Amino acid sequence: MNDARQLVYGRAPRPVRCGFGLEIGGGTVFPEVNFTLPAIEVSHANWAEIVAQYREMADAVLRRAVALAAPGIVLEFELLPAMTARPEWGGELTALLHDRLAEAAARHGLKCALRVTPVDIRDQTRPPVLRTDEPWENLRDCLERAIAAGADIVSIESVGGKEVHDTALMYGDLRGIVLALGVLAPRDTAWLWDRISELCRGSSAVPGGDSACGFANTAMQLAHQRMLPEVLAAVVRAMSAVRSLAAFEHGAIGPSKDCAYEGPVLKAVTGCPISMEGKSATCAHFSPIGNVAAAMCDLWSNESVQNVRLLSGSAPEAYTELLAYDCRLLNTAADKGQALVLRDWLVESDEALSPQAAVLTPGATLRIARAIVNADSDYRRTIAAGKAAAAELQERFRDGRLALGPKEKQWLDRIDGALDGMPASEDELLSSLAQRYESAFDPPSYGMERPFSFR
Amino acid sequence: MTADPKQLYDAILGGDAKAAESLTREAIGAGQEARELVSGYMIPAMDEVGRRFECQEYFVPELLFAGRAMKAALALLRPLLASADAAPAGRVVIGTVQGDLHDIGKNLVAALLEGGGFEVHDLGVDVPPSRFVVAVRRYSPQIVGLSALLTVTLPAMRKTIEALRESGVRPDVKVMVGGAPVTGRYAAEIGADGYSDNAFGAVRLARSLMEQSPDTVSIPCVE
Repeated sequence: MNDARQLVYGRAPRPVRCGFGLEIGGGTVFPEVNFTLPAIEVSHANWAEIVAQYREMADAVLRRAVALAAPGIVLEFELLPAMTARPEWGGELTALLHDRLAEAAARHGLKCALRVTPVDIRDQTRPPVLRTDEPWENLRDCLERAIAAGADIVSIESVGGKEVHDTALMYGDLRGIVLALGVLAPRDTAWLWDRISELCRGSSAVPGGDSACGFANTAMQLAHQRMLPEVLAAVVRAMSAVRSLAAFEHGAIGPSKDCAYEGPVLKAVTGCPISMEGKSATCAHFSPIGNVAAAMCDLWSNESVQNVRLLSGSAPEAYTELLAYDCRLLNTAADKGQALVLRDWLVESDEALSPQAAVLTPGATLRIARAIVNADSDYRRTIAAGKAAAAELQERFRDGRLALGPKEKQWLDRIDGALDGMPASEDELLSSLAQRYESAFDPPSYGMERPFSFR
Repeated sequence: MTADPKQLYDAILGGDAKAAESLTREAIGAGQEARELVSGYMIPAMDEVGRRFECQEYFVPELLFAGRAMKAALALLRPLLASADAAPAGRVVIGTVQGDLHDIGKNLVAALLEGGGFEVHDLGVDVPPSRFVVAVRRYSPQIVGLSALLTVTLPAMRKTIEALRESGVRPDVKVMVGGAPVTGRYAAEIGADGYSDNAFGAVRLARSLMEQSPDTVSIPCVE
């Protein structure tokens, strides 16, 4: 996209049709409801209880969607680690949820789809072994079973590069962050999505998209707890878009994952629809981007809610109502030709208060997207995205459009300097980091030979 | 000591491990008391780091660099610290409980504990109760740290504490727990000895647990 006016909620140049009559990105924003278990153990011993909980949650969500005449809905089943490690469990629950949706579609004409997101369980060892061994086999099996059992959209929050990113982030080490986001993660995302899109081929499931949750949302949460500067979280968000884009370069078509707050950049570059979450995801986490996150969404999500009882009803049912009303307002404004007005209000209400919001505005999104497409490798794209985000923040601070405390400004300058001083090539970066991160990752998991030479 | 010992304080406060190391070497060469360096300069520096963090003058990176500088200096002084009270602040076995793969919070606590002078044995993620028991027998820690991020893995915390009890090692260790869904009430309910909702608080908690005998501990919550 070249014009910020094209970047608006509900409309994507490449809508996705899936599930039971749903078109995502075709002009209407739909709620995407994600639910999870309360604090109970996932085991053989209480499997019947777990199945009953999922059935109860799905029925409650669909009942609310029908009662509120939602124009459509997506249910997201985000598997727990045990359900991915035992793929037959994930498959069974997918089939159950698919059946509930099929019944709602048949009985009430509800347009709906099921997104299934297995957990990326490949990082159990240190360093993680990503392309072989039992966790990957189980993950692949889980994906196959989910697709066979009726998943309409397949997504994942892949973790390649996270083993380096976690440490680099905590030390505020920009070179380590770029190694993770610009060298390792895109390689793993590409490898993984070649396989996911291949598994989806010939089925009714669409390869949705990936999320930098383990990277940028970790930074966001650490910033929320005042452990990291917000400006670092904002720049990491922009840089993380490159590794999530790799999924689209390798078969994903959207809608991207809700927790991928880098979604607007993905939408600007690919034209694919995105799912986002913000103020109505407080059941799962807080964020400084509650309104701006809705500005360009095509699905509007609650991230995750536990099946606990509230005064009104179950929490998944309550959050369905919340999302449904959010979407109703967005869609009504669009029907009146006021989508851009509402979009801008959503943006303006957040952008001055947080650097993380500032980098998600339509203008900043396009700036970051352009920086990415103008660079010629994932490594250079990641640096370019970071520089574009940092420049955006510097300009906003200078113009008085963004408030930053002295420590935040000091960090922004430090980030700027570190990005300016990045090595010209990823080979040079790897050489400079060999001692620090050599043992942190497994080169063959990234198609690299030891030590750090590329195939 | 040829250099002003205040420089060691400043080096740790500024997270400069190389300077901390070289200043410590100089101090040792000049016959400076190891205990005096630790209690007079290094621990006060880390206390100031903690204060700055809590006042939001420092972020975690500054905290970790300071911890790294402290660790580098301590490594040189440890052989000289003969008496028991100058030994490591304590020994900790830490891990993310079974079924949970999240480790940022756990890693942060481990790093800060190390910076605080604790000897830390990190068992990683998805650690079954039996591995905690084996590690307690192997390393003889005073403290076991359990981390969880998922609500559905909270029961694994309880199981781990039960496994420590059933294996007979529970009286030998204090158990501290943490992670987003953990609360002080839950910690008490499952029989943990302490709970913190943040990483720096976990270090304070570990210090406080070290000062108490197993018989007298009542759930300290550091929030």
